Amino acid sequence: MSRHFGRRRALAKTTLTFRAGQVTGLFGPNGAGKTTLLGILSTVVRPTAGEVRYGGATARALGDPLRGRIGVLGHDLFLYGDLSARENLEFFGRLYGVERLEDRVAQALASARLDDRAHDRVASFSRGLRQRLALERALIHDPRLVLLDEPFTGLDDESAGLLGERLQKLRAAGAIVLMATHDFESADGLIDRMIALRAGKVREIVPDGGSLRDRYRRAMAEEWA
Amino acid sequence: MSTLRSALLIARKDLLVEARSRELAYTTLFFAVACVLVFSFAFVSEGKAIDGAAAGILWVAVAFSGTLALGRAFERERQSETLRALLLAPAERTAVYLGKLAGLLVLMAAVEIVIVPVIGLLFAAPIGRAPWLLAALLGAGTLGFAGVGTLFAAMLVRAHSRDVLLPVLLYPITVPVIIAGVRGTGAIFAAEPNFDAAVAWLSMLVFFDAVFVTLALWTFAPVMEE
Amino acid sequence: MRVANRLVPLLLVVAALMYLRAPFMIHAAPLESVMGVVQKIFYFHVPSAMMTFLAAFVCGIASATYLWNRNKFADHVAVSAAELAVVFGLIVLVTGPLWARKAWGVWWQWDVRLTMTLVMWMIFVAYLLLRRFGGPGSEILAAAVGVFGTALVPFVYVSVNYWRTIHPNTNVLRTLQPEMAEPFRWAILAFLMFFTALLIVRIRLEASRAVLEEAYALLED
Repeated sequence: MSRHFGRRRALAKTTLTFRAGQVTGLFGPNGAGKTTLLGILSTVVRPTAGEVRYGGATARALGDPLRGRIGVLGHDLFLYGDLSARENLEFFGRLYGVERLEDRVAQALASARLDDRAHDRVASFSRGLRQRLALERALIHDPRLVLLDEPFTGLDDESAGLLGERLQKLRAAGAIVLMATHDFESADGLIDRMIALRAGKVREIVPDGGSLRDRYRRAMAEEWA
Repeated sequence: MSTLRSALLIARKDLLVEARSRELAYTTLFFAVACVLVFSFAFVSEGKAIDGAAAGILWVAVAFSGTLALGRAFERERQSETLRALLLAPAERTAVYLGKLAGLLVLMAAVEIVIVPVIGLLFAAPIGRAPWLLAALLGAGTLGFAGVGTLFAAMLVRAHSRDVLLPVLLYPITVPVIIAGVRGTGAIFAAEPNFDAAVAWLSMLVFFDAVFVTLALWTFAPVMEE
Repeated sequence: MRVANRLVPLLLVVAALMYLRAPFMIHAAPLESVMGVVQKIFYFHVPSAMMTFLAAFVCGIASATYLWNRNKFADHVAVSAAELAVVFGLIVLVTGPLWARKAWGVWWQWDVRLTMTLVMWMIFVAYLLLRRFGGPGSEILAAAVGVFGTALVPFVYVSVNYWRTIHPNTNVLRTLQPEMAEPFRWAILAFLMFFTALLIVRIRLEASRAVLEEAYALLED
């Protein structure tokens, strides 16, 4: 698929395949097209050319239920500032038809370590707290395809560690995880696959030794076809 | 989950958010009243409002405050991109439209409940003459206005110049609604009321509503995909 | 599209010739009993109105197609038709008052048909404003506006038959005497050819612009 915005090419002709039980890291400078790629995979952005297939079928064929199996952590977090943490989780939980909502919400609040602030307005949270809550919101319906846009932003050391554990659990459960991030240190050891983007072009980076950051820098230093 | 239930869920969420901050309710209400006052000054001659001004001012206030409310309601969904979050949910796209529309209708009803008596007061307009008919006219007219407005406001969320483009797009298309509303209300308020004419205008409003809301329901899903 | 392109010069030449002859035909046509010579603006006013409705209709169909299929060609047709709706609509809205001033004594009247025509025209102007100022991705938004604009067209046409209004209703057309009908049909044909030529040329321009954009995008590959 590819995606243009008028004259600007956000994503060049690209073919990618993602498998279950894999965590893929998406790296690249700002404006490279990571958010666009995630947008296309989440079905809200239509590719200018090409198509996306989920387990062999297109989004159109699968219809609305497909979105119930996709979880997205957006760059802007997708939280209602005027509602409390609990209310946010309950609202989205209901919208996604989550069963045993009470338990799931309690679980989510515990994972995010927000039990004591469950009734506070989200607008009063710091960026890190909102990030933790946003992640729980994205995962509350146990999605199969998990798309995360900069999940490590604003997270302190402990939270980053917990996020890492969470991703590993997702991988073990057979989810397809795609994560756009700048945080090489946190991502190192977590991801199975590394994809770099630059000006809409996509390039797979092979694990040929060295840290994530080194491999990324090397790839960026080269000319891309 | 059925479309209607999803829509209700979204509408309830909107009302909950609104109940918390009450920002939209207060500002829109105040704006509507201010509108009525400003227009009354414009249309007063020799200490009395000119004939037929009441009906016109009522509907202009509804249109202006409605546009304001629409803009603000969707501006809220722009923060944290929650509109996209709603579109990402497995709910049918039309549920998002219906939910937002329902929330807006409740808000507009609250505004109208306030300004109708205000207009009755300022213009000695006979608002109690045919209350059900007046309510029906306002209801049908607001539905037509908000029906198109919700679609346009939602689709403009990601556009440039969205603040000025919403009225630019909305007003021409809702002119038939405003005309029918004003004429119908005027027929009730007139010195010699013509209820048959008012009912005729009401039926035209209902017809417009049927066409516009159906069109909006059809076009919402395709237009919201980027 | 190639075939259409070849037609353009032919259409323009024929239309030009028809327009050249038209004034003579109009002059030869009998004077209308009530309005006299002023009525003759009708030979330009009414065909312009027909072209406006035709353009609106084409825009609506193309917009609906684009909404559902995202067919780029449909988008080209939609924007071209919208522009023509605005242009021919402007002709209607200028010739109308010129006629009205002489025939009824007022430049404008807020009766149903005039109001609705003005409203429809404004919707297509709004369509163009949206495309111009809405930023990237506004094509699909404009398509929604186009669909709504076109939905109003039948109301505009029918309204004048159901409400008593100062504007002559559509039955007048059916009862035209032959000496008037002939230049009238001639004018419609001339306008239709001109309209078609303009539409084709504008679509071609739009398609070329799209090709250029694609080329820019490919350049980065």
